[in-house]
Amino acid sequence: MNRSTRSPATRSMRYLGQTLSRTAAKRAVAGRGRYTDDVVLARMLHAAFLRSPYAHARILGLKVEAARQQPGVALVLTGADLKALCTGPWIGTLSTFAGMKSAPQYAMAVERACWAGEPVAMVVARTRAEAEDAVEAIGIEWQELPAVVDKHAALAPGAPVIHAELGDNLAFRRSIDTGEVDAHFAAADLIVEESFEFGRHTAVSLEPRSLLAHYDPTTGKLSITTSSQCPHMIQRVFAATLGLPDHNVQIIAPDVGGSFGLKIHSYGDELATAAAAIELGRPVKFIADRLESFVSDIHARENWVKARIAVKRSGEIVGFDLDVLSAAGAYSQYPRTSVFEANQVLNITGGPYRHKHYRARASVVYLNKPPSSQYRAVGHPIGNAVAEHLVDQAADRLGIDPIEMRRRNLIADDAYPVVGASGIILKDLSHQRCLDVLVERMRYAELRQEQAELRQQGIQRGIGIAAFIKGTAPGPMGYYGSGGAPISLQDACVIRLEPNGGIICAVGVTEQGQGTDTIMAQIAASALGVPIDAVRVISGDTDAVPYGGGTFGSRGAAIGGEAVYQAARDLRAEILTIAGALLQAEPASLDIVDGIVVDSGGSRRLALAEIGRICHFQQGELPNDLEPCLSHSRRFRLLDDPYIFTNGIHAAHVEVDVDTGFVSLIKHWVVEDCGRVINPQLADEQVRGGCVQGIGGALYEHLIYDRSGQLVNGTLADYLVPMAVEMPDIDVAHVETPSSLSMLGAKGVGESGTGAAPAAVMNAINDALRPFQARVSSQPITPERILSALGKI
Amino acid sequence: MSGEERLMISLTVNGESVSRLVPVRQHLVDFLRLELGLTGAHLGCEHGVCGACSLRVDGVLVRGCLMLAVQADGAHVVTIEGLDASGEIADLQQAFVERNALQCGFCTPGMLMTAADLVRAGVPRTRAEIRAHLAGNFCRCTGYQAIVDAVSATLNKRLSEGGGHV
Repeated sequence: MNRSTRSPATRSMRYLGQTLSRTAAKRAVAGRGRYTDDVVLARMLHAAFLRSPYAHARILGLKVEAARQQPGVALVLTGADLKALCTGPWIGTLSTFAGMKSAPQYAMAVERACWAGEPVAMVVARTRAEAEDAVEAIGIEWQELPAVVDKHAALAPGAPVIHAELGDNLAFRRSIDTGEVDAHFAAADLIVEESFEFGRHTAVSLEPRSLLAHYDPTTGKLSITTSSQCPHMIQRVFAATLGLPDHNVQIIAPDVGGSFGLKIHSYGDELATAAAAIELGRPVKFIADRLESFVSDIHARENWVKARIAVKRSGEIVGFDLDVLSAAGAYSQYPRTSVFEANQVLNITGGPYRHKHYRARASVVYLNKPPSSQYRAVGHPIGNAVAEHLVDQAADRLGIDPIEMRRRNLIADDAYPVVGASGIILKDLSHQRCLDVLVERMRYAELRQEQAELRQQGIQRGIGIAAFIKGTAPGPMGYYGSGGAPISLQDACVIRLEPNGGIICAVGVTEQGQGTDTIMAQIAASALGVPIDAVRVISGDTDAVPYGGGTFGSRGAAIGGEAVYQAARDLRAEILTIAGALLQAEPASLDIVDGIVVDSGGSRRLALAEIGRICHFQQGELPNDLEPCLSHSRRFRLLDDPYIFTNGIHAAHVEVDVDTGFVSLIKHWVVEDCGRVINPQLADEQVRGGCVQGIGGALYEHLIYDRSGQLVNGTLADYLVPMAVEMPDIDVAHVETPSSLSMLGAKGVGESGTGAAPAAVMNAINDALRPFQARVSSQPITPERILSALGKI
Repeated sequence: MSGEERLMISLTVNGESVSRLVPVRQHLVDFLRLELGLTGAHLGCEHGVCGACSLRVDGVLVRGCLMLAVQADGAHVVTIEGLDASGEIADLQQAFVERNALQCGFCTPGMLMTAADLVRAGVPRTRAEIRAHLAGNFCRCTGYQAIVDAVSATLNKRLSEGGGHV
C-alpha cells in the first residue's frame, strides 16, 4: 500500500519547512545544559574501574582486600562478584544472521580478559579520586595469553583462538551472488581492481559515556540517568540482566553530549554501576574518562576490502565484485551485534547504479580489541569509498569525465521502485536531479578549468565526486527485534490537550542535539493547527514517554515524526468533534488555525483553551454522549520495507602538497534527498556535521594498535579529530522526494554526510595525484600514505 | 601520594568571593563543578586538548582542567554562568542560537568562552582567522561552519556598531 496517498491537505502545515531555533540551544549557551554528570543526588558515590592492561590474559589471582580498606571505599566488585549479581552473560548474536556465533560476555571479565581496557574490577567510593586511588590498591596477577590483533591473520591455520568454544575466530560470513559474475566480468571491456584498508575509529562524543544509578530497596525501583540514545532498550537489557521487572526500571536520558551510535549499546561498566547501586542502596555514578573511553567505547570501521568493477567501453557499469574482511572486537556487541558494518557494506556498495551483476562476500572476525559495533553511517563510508573509487578509476581509464560516468550509470529518477543488485528495495530516489543540482552549485566546469590552470603553476588540486544511497529508518523486517534483540523498530507518540490549550507531546525517539524535540513540535503544531509555542515535547524518560526504539539509524523524523503526525491528527479530529458538539456544527466544516477552531468561513469560533477548560474542569457543559479523551497515542513502523533509502551526491575540492603529503580541504558540496525537509537549518547542520565526522575518518582518525594489542594513541592529543582550522565550508542543498512509505514523507538525514564524505575526499585526493600516476585507497589518508603513493618515501 | 592533603583557598568566581578547603590535587573545573555547582564548564578530555573546560582566569582564557584549584587562590575566575549573567556575550549567544551553532551543546560553554576572547578584542577577522582561533575547541557535532558563521556575524556587528570592546 502506498501510505502517502493518505496525506492530508497542506493548508495547516505552516511550520513544516520552517527554520525554527531550538529551545535546548538557549539552555546550552547559558551554561544551563544538564548532562548526566551534572546531576547530583544525596549520598551519591562514584565508581572507577580496573581495566585489563593486556589484550588477552588469564586472571590468576585477584586481591581486593587492601582496596576495600582504602579511605572512602564503599564497595569493591570483581568480575566474579558481579556475575553472581546478574542473571547471565550477554551473547551478541541475532537469529537473523544465520550461522553467526559469539562467546558469552560478562559485564566484567571473570577468568580471562579479552581486550586491553576490558573492565576487570570496580571500586565505589565517596569521590572518583578516592575510587581511582583504591583501584591502584587492587592486586592482580596475570598470565598473558597470545593475542589476535591482525584481522588478516585471525583465520590463519594455527592462529590463537580467542574463544575456544567457538572453534575459530570467525563471527559471521555472508555472501550475495547474482550469478555468473565471473562470466559477465570476462565479457566486459575493462576490469579495475583495488584493495582498500579502513582504519579502526571510535565515536569520540565530547561527553563521555555517563551513568548515574539509584535503587530504592523499599519500592524495588531502579532509576538510571544516563547519556543514552535508546532508553527503552537500556531499560530492558538492564532489567533482564539484573533480574528486575522492566516496569520498575526507569531510564532518563537528560541532555546527551553527542552520541553518534556510541550510545545505543550496552556496556559492562555501566551495568556494573547499576548493580553496585542495588547492592548499596545508594546512588552510584560512573563517568568514563577520555582515556578509558578510547579502550571501552565501541569501535568501528576496521575493514579490508578487495574489489573489482567491470565496465563496458561506453562507461556502462557491468558489475561489482568484492571481498570484505571486517574486524570485530573480542565479543560481538550485545544486543546489536558486531556484524552490521560488513552487512551494510554488502547491501549498499554500488547502490546508486544500474548494474545487474553483483557478488559480495564478507567475513567478520574476532580480535583482541574492544568490541566493534554500529557507529554513524554503519558500513556506508566503506561501501561508498570502495565503489566510488572504482567508478572514478574506471572512468579515468576510459577517458570519461567522472560526472559523465555517473550520469551514464545512475538509476533514473523515473525508474522507482527498483530492486538494487544487492537485493535492496529502492523507492522515491533522485540521483539524476541531485547530480544536476550539484554540477550547477559547484560550478563544475569552471573548477575543472581552474584546476588545469593551477596545474601549470605546480599547484595540485583535485575534485572528487561521490554518489550515495543511505539506508535510514529501519523497519522490523529482518532487523534487530526479529532477530531476538529487545529493540523496538516502531516508535510512538502520546499527545494530549491540556486545560489551557497547551499540547504535551511525549515521544519515544530521543534528542542528542540534532533537534528532534524541535521538529516534533513543528510536526505536532502543524498537524494540529496550533502555535508552536503551545507545544512542549517530552523525550528521554521511560516513565513519561510511550515505548519506542529511541534514536538510531536516522529514524527520528521518519519513524518518530510520523507517529507524532498521526497522533496529532487523531487529537485534532477529537477536538473538532468536541467543538462540533459545543458549536452545533458539523466537525467536517471546522478547522483549527493558530489554536482556535474556525468555521468554513474562517470565523474564529472557539479557542482550544476553552475546549480544554470545559473538558477538564466543566464536563457538565458537555452532552452526556461525549466523553473527552484528549490524549491520543500512535505507533508507526515500516511494513515490508527494511529501510527508507535516501540518496545524494557529494563533491570535495582539495589541494595536495606533493612535497609534504598534506591535504587542504578547500570546499565541500552535498546535494541530498531526505524527503520532506521539516526544518531546513537543522537538516543542513546534520549534513555538515556528518560530513566533518566522515572527513575525520578519511584523513585523520585511526586507533593504532601494536602487535601485542595495545592501543598506542589513546589520548585526544594522539587520536586526531577534525578541528575548526582544517575543515572547509560545506554547501548543502536538498532535493525533496517525499517517502511514499509514510504520510509525512520524511526520510533520515543524520548520516548522509558521514556516509559519503570519505569517498568524495579520497576521490578528490586521487584526482589531484593523477598527473603523478599515484593513488591512495586506504584510510585515513595520511601525509605518509600520500608520499608513499608518490614514491617519495 | 596523599590524596587527603587540603589547602584553604580564597578566590572570586563570577564576582562572588569564595573560600574553600580543597584537595591539593583537585583541578579547577572539578572545584567549580563539585564544590560550587557551576556545571557549565565541561570535562571532555582532562588533558587540555578539547577545550570544553575553557575558563577566564584573571582575564586570560585557560584550560580549567590543566589548572589546579589551589593555583586559582586569589584569582578572578569567570565561567560561562558569569558571562551569561553579565550580558557580555548576549549577542554571541543569540547568534549561536539563531545560526544553530551547536547541537549537543557540550562544547558550547568552552566554545563561547574562546569566541568571547576573540569578539571582545574588536579586531576584524577573516573566516580563516576565526577558524584558527577556535582550533583548540573540539566540536563533534556541527562541523564548525555554523560556529564560524555565528562568531563572524557577531564580530562584524560589533565592529560596525563601533568597536568590539565591552
